[in-house]
Amino acid sequence: MTVEVKEGQDIQKVVQLLIEHHGHEKSELIPILQEINSKFGYISDDAITEISERMNIPSSHIYSVATFYRMLSTERHGQHVIQFCESAPCHVAGGRMVWERLQKELGLKKGETSEDEKWTLLTTSCLGVCGVGPVMVIDNDIYGNVTPEQVPDILSHYS
Amino acid sequence: MKATRSMILVSSDQESMDRGALEVFETLQKQLVTFGLEEEISISMVDDISKRGASPLILVYPDAVIYGPVTPADVPFIVEEHLYKGRVVESKQISPYDLSGRVAWLSSRKGTLPAEHRIVLKNVGLIDPEKIDEYIINEGYEALGKILREMSPQETITTLKNSGLRGRGGAGFPTGLKWQFVAGAKGDKKYVICNADESEPGTFKDRLVLEGDPHAIIEAMMIAAYAVGADEGYVYIRGEYGLAISRMGKAIEQAREYGLLGENIFGTDFSFDLHIHAGAGAYICGEETALIESIEGNRGEPRPRPPYPTTAGLWQKPTLVNNVETLANIPAIVRNGPEWYKSIGTHSSPGTKVYTILGNVNVTGLIEVPMGITLREVISIYAKGMKDGGSFKLAQTGGSSGSIIPASLQDTPMDFDSFSKAGVSLGSGALLIANEETCVVDLAKVLLNFFRNESCGKCNPCRIGNQRSFEILTNISEGVGTLQDLKDLQMLSDQLYELSNCGLGQTAGSPLKDILAHFKAEVEAHIKLKVCPAGVCPMSGHRTY
Repeated sequence: MTVEVKEGQDIQKVVQLLIEHHGHEKSELIPILQEINSKFGYISDDAITEISERMNIPSSHIYSVATFYRMLSTERHGQHVIQFCESAPCHVAGGRMVWERLQKELGLKKGETSEDEKWTLLTTSCLGVCGVGPVMVIDNDIYGNVTPEQVPDILSHYS
Repeated sequence: MKATRSMILVSSDQESMDRGALEVFETLQKQLVTFGLEEEISISMVDDISKRGASPLILVYPDAVIYGPVTPADVPFIVEEHLYKGRVVESKQISPYDLSGRVAWLSSRKGTLPAEHRIVLKNVGLIDPEKIDEYIINEGYEALGKILREMSPQETITTLKNSGLRGRGGAGFPTGLKWQFVAGAKGDKKYVICNADESEPGTFKDRLVLEGDPHAIIEAMMIAAYAVGADEGYVYIRGEYGLAISRMGKAIEQAREYGLLGENIFGTDFSFDLHIHAGAGAYICGEETALIESIEGNRGEPRPRPPYPTTAGLWQKPTLVNNVETLANIPAIVRNGPEWYKSIGTHSSPGTKVYTILGNVNVTGLIEVPMGITLREVISIYAKGMKDGGSFKLAQTGGSSGSIIPASLQDTPMDFDSFSKAGVSLGSGALLIANEETCVVDLAKVLLNFFRNESCGKCNPCRIGNQRSFEILTNISEGVGTLQDLKDLQMLSDQLYELSNCGLGQTAGSPLKDILAHFKAEVEAHIKLKVCPAGVCPMSGHRTY
């Protein structure tokens, strides 16, 4: 974050601070959305409305951008987000078995969030760490050379 | 800073620090003084090498010897034997395999394997990327000084043209020609963009350059800017590459402090400044017009062409877009001249190529070798053969711009023209090497799943063609395919190629074309015999689509 956000600060204030920092140019829209996404975990309707008014960009455009990029989300995710790489190098290195085990352990399918909102299970395209595939990312932690047997142990590190 | 004859790296990841890396570092410093070596040997701590159970590690260059786990008590002996007397301490030496981190792979190459030829990766793993001085002492910014003092922009472009350098992003377009187009385009404002949105599955060469030698990219972009008449640049780095973004940010700051970026560089009229734009997760943004849309704050949807970015790019201004690996060649070409560059590689594709080796082989990782090496050589020499005695079935050369290459083509020289004559493509340089346990239907299904997810959805042939191809492949893998499906796949492949707006769709059909051309019998077995010969596909008999 380039702008310090205090606990409990409302989205209107955060958007104001971000725009003061980045400026009103349309080219700053994606950097601003990235910061909001990383602070709140997703981009809410309120955030979109606020950005739209302050930057004078139609909310339809902001929504279309926010839903286009994989690292931005307009939906609230669980406390921990798991991204499993489903590209060919990880697949050939045994990713399919890890993926099956991951779904079984969590009781979730691709794109689902657990009822207690602890986990969201997503797939992703190549993350560029193919030398150690199969690869999964939990929040910001990257796990490489993952075997199906390691899955429960890795998950147990997250409370 | 001055040149040293040897360099020592001490691992400083968390595990190493917990196990006394700092103490090892301090003892080394003292011991070097004791032996009077402190002027000759430099020593740094690096946080991105590790080997489980062997921390802390020390790496000695240029010998590329790795010791671990090293305690402070081991240090005097190592310094005396190896650094003073020149004898490797075999009792503490460990194998480079299983090491992780930036330096790890590189160190494993020296001594144990045939020499690579490093231009792009010359400094990677050998200098501290966060210190501009280390870049400068390794001939850094010399090429920039040379062109600003001795060469006109046109002479710079001519040098590039004569070198024969071709774009390393996948298409192989002559770089000098691209520069000429931008230089010749009308406009008071021009931009230079470094395409570091490396998202081709299996490719991480650009990440290693950005993480290991960011100043090389800055220098190359400045040379390009001078040549084409630009004064502002963007490095578009994919958002997932956090370390690369942070290192490039630091490098830009340092270059500004040194007056290498800014106004009137080296006292000349040339001014240049550079920004980073972090991607937000979209494969399509590696396509240059989509990348430009993304910088402008839009969805990453490719523009119709013409006009090409060389005449109307970022904010409709003439814009030069070059890939990281392409740029990383440029300072060396300027320093050593085009004739030197042409002496490496093949006639039609001079220079080296960085490959990422992946899949069912003994050694995976990164190599830089002259253009024209064959797949068989890569597998047998650099990858140390197939894993567990398996046999080579196919190689997938990476992402949308690549091909599925059967064993029959493993002696084809890997360069742009030889591959294109053989009807395949080099792609981004990822070499996913697969054994007989890989099913071509399953592999094509994974690739088409990638394309249907990453299609931007703007044009119908790509959005619908990829989805439909995935559905047909799914049916074949479930044992409910028909012979008509093969005809449909061929048709979809042709339509994707002919009708799509951009490179993503145009090449998305190539896995289909390749499996039908080289592995038709295996695909037919799924349909006629209801058997997956590799035993991978579910063959459940259920129809999903």
